[in-house]
Amino acid sequence: MQAAAEKKVLLKVDHLKQYFPVKTDSLFKPKAYVKAVDDISFHLYEGETLSIVGESGCGKSTTGRAILRLDEPTGGKVFFSGQNILDLNKKEMRKLRGDLQVIFQDPFASLNPRQTIKQILNEAMAIQNVVEKPNRMSRMLELLGYVGLPAEALDRYPHEFSGGQRQRIGIARALAVNPKLIICDEAVSALDVSIQAQILNLLKKLQHQFQLTFLFISHDLSVVRHISDRVMVMYLGKVVEIADKKALFDSPLHPYTQALLSSIPVPNPTLKRERIMLKGDVPSPINPPSGCRFHTRCPFATEKCKAEEPALREMGEKHFVSCHYAEKFR
Amino acid sequence: MSLEAKTEQSAIITQTISHPKESKFKDGLSILLMNKAAMVGAIIILFYILIAIFAPLLAPYDPYDIKLENKLLPPSADHLMGTDDKGRDILSRILYGSRLSMGIGITAVIFGAFFGIIFGLIAGYYGKWIDSTIMRIMDILLAFPGILLALAIISALGPGLMNVTIAVGVYSIPLFARIVRGSTLEVKRLEYIDAIRSLGANDGTIIFKHILPNILSPIIVQGTLRLATVILSAAGLSFLGLGAQPPSPEWGTMLSNGRDFLFSAPYIAIFPGLAISILVLGFNIFGDGLRDAFDPRMKK
Repeated sequence: MQAAAEKKVLLKVDHLKQYFPVKTDSLFKPKAYVKAVDDISFHLYEGETLSIVGESGCGKSTTGRAILRLDEPTGGKVFFSGQNILDLNKKEMRKLRGDLQVIFQDPFASLNPRQTIKQILNEAMAIQNVVEKPNRMSRMLELLGYVGLPAEALDRYPHEFSGGQRQRIGIARALAVNPKLIICDEAVSALDVSIQAQILNLLKKLQHQFQLTFLFISHDLSVVRHISDRVMVMYLGKVVEIADKKALFDSPLHPYTQALLSSIPVPNPTLKRERIMLKGDVPSPINPPSGCRFHTRCPFATEKCKAEEPALREMGEKHFVSCHYAEKFR
Repeated sequence: MSLEAKTEQSAIITQTISHPKESKFKDGLSILLMNKAAMVGAIIILFYILIAIFAPLLAPYDPYDIKLENKLLPPSADHLMGTDDKGRDILSRILYGSRLSMGIGITAVIFGAFFGIIFGLIAGYYGKWIDSTIMRIMDILLAFPGILLALAIISALGPGLMNVTIAVGVYSIPLFARIVRGSTLEVKRLEYIDAIRSLGANDGTIIFKHILPNILSPIIVQGTLRLATVILSAAGLSFLGLGAQPPSPEWGTMLSNGRDFLFSAPYIAIFPGLAISILVLGFNIFGDGLRDAFDPRMKK
């Protein structure tokens, strides 16, 4: 753990919004939007791992894609090393992309099936021009070494590898351009549990080796617990709670976080726990509930929750919660 | 053993496991080889290609050589398919004609595929108004019956082999554009495209290096099936007198010539007609086989 004082903010997300238009059946109806990410702000310190958790459809992957500008955000600002990357034009953005890399969920879709591993890695280096041509071969071998693949892998095609190995190739490709920040979008969700552990440990090792910063997007709480320094919980496009991992797992303050955490299976059949069951389904992000978005399912909701949207409040050291009654849940 | 060493070792152990999902090409090839009809089609096509290449060696006579004393001879040992009204050997003319028909077909399909692929890629990749504009133009082209559109183009450009090729090629553009656009939309949202974008690749690299190679199978299938139609349409236009002009041994032109002698000397029309039918049949059944093997989604 680094000392709090010397932490430098690498990425600052400011009021990020990502709305997607929905096809309406009539020309005359007003356009509807899916508010996938609705006005969220957070920051990422250099060298740390911040996880975003939440159920599917809460906007966690959308947040990652918006930061990378894979989908152009509707509003807000994203500061990377102090610079708003949403202001950059196409060319400047392409240059900066070397600093921001991504590891995807599906290892079978994230590699071009028609390129050998050599071509994949070589292209990554060529696009960003990070390594001079004559040195690329040795760099590729070095990269394979980092991710634990043999040199023979170079001349093979992606279909000749298993899921875990492909994920390693994806990691090598991301590392090829010397990134500062890697967004891991459900990077281990598609893998077997034993392979998950291997990849998580590899990520941790690489983070240490290259001072990488991770934005780790996952729905798997045990994975998040394993890898993160801080955790951010999202619900329906909003940030619900951000805290250090320990604080969040030990003393969650938001009713949604509490419900989420109570769903983690515990490998002890005799242990009696209080399992918080939420009623109903997640409401549609096209017409999100008024006030606190969680009020439709919250066991503690009051009139105030229906009317007023709670702001993110600091409830402890770097522990932010957006709930009107967070004090009660301490 | 340290954790690192363990991970490395298991990575090497699992290395030999390959995922079945993507040895698509091999699977497709074995399906194709098992398909008897498709193989018959392939043999027919190969046969025609060989004929086109070796026509000068195979042809017993000069296809243009008019010998009026030999006119309208029925099939015999000297003239296996007989002679036409000007005494030219029909077999020789058919052998040479294969060059014209295949030439027109292949050129027109390449022409149509080239523009269709470009329009389809642009429409599918950029989407939004670019997509709508391109695809509406393609819809307009498709709204015309093929032969009518070809007639309109020829009436603008004038008759001739080259113009027939362009006319039938133009009609193929929207068909390719549609297929390419659909496949582009599908491939575009795969994660490796996002990965290459987040590395900072430009649109040209993404479109031509990463999308195009991954949508080739439907294009090849469509191309093979199109060849049949295009050859047939070109022969039809020549039959109407809009394509290849009389002395040339184009099959459609020969058919048109034979029409006048349908009762007295049916062989003048029968043999070029057979040549067209068999070639079109070959491309059709081979194309169907290719489709079943490499692009099963298109199967109706």
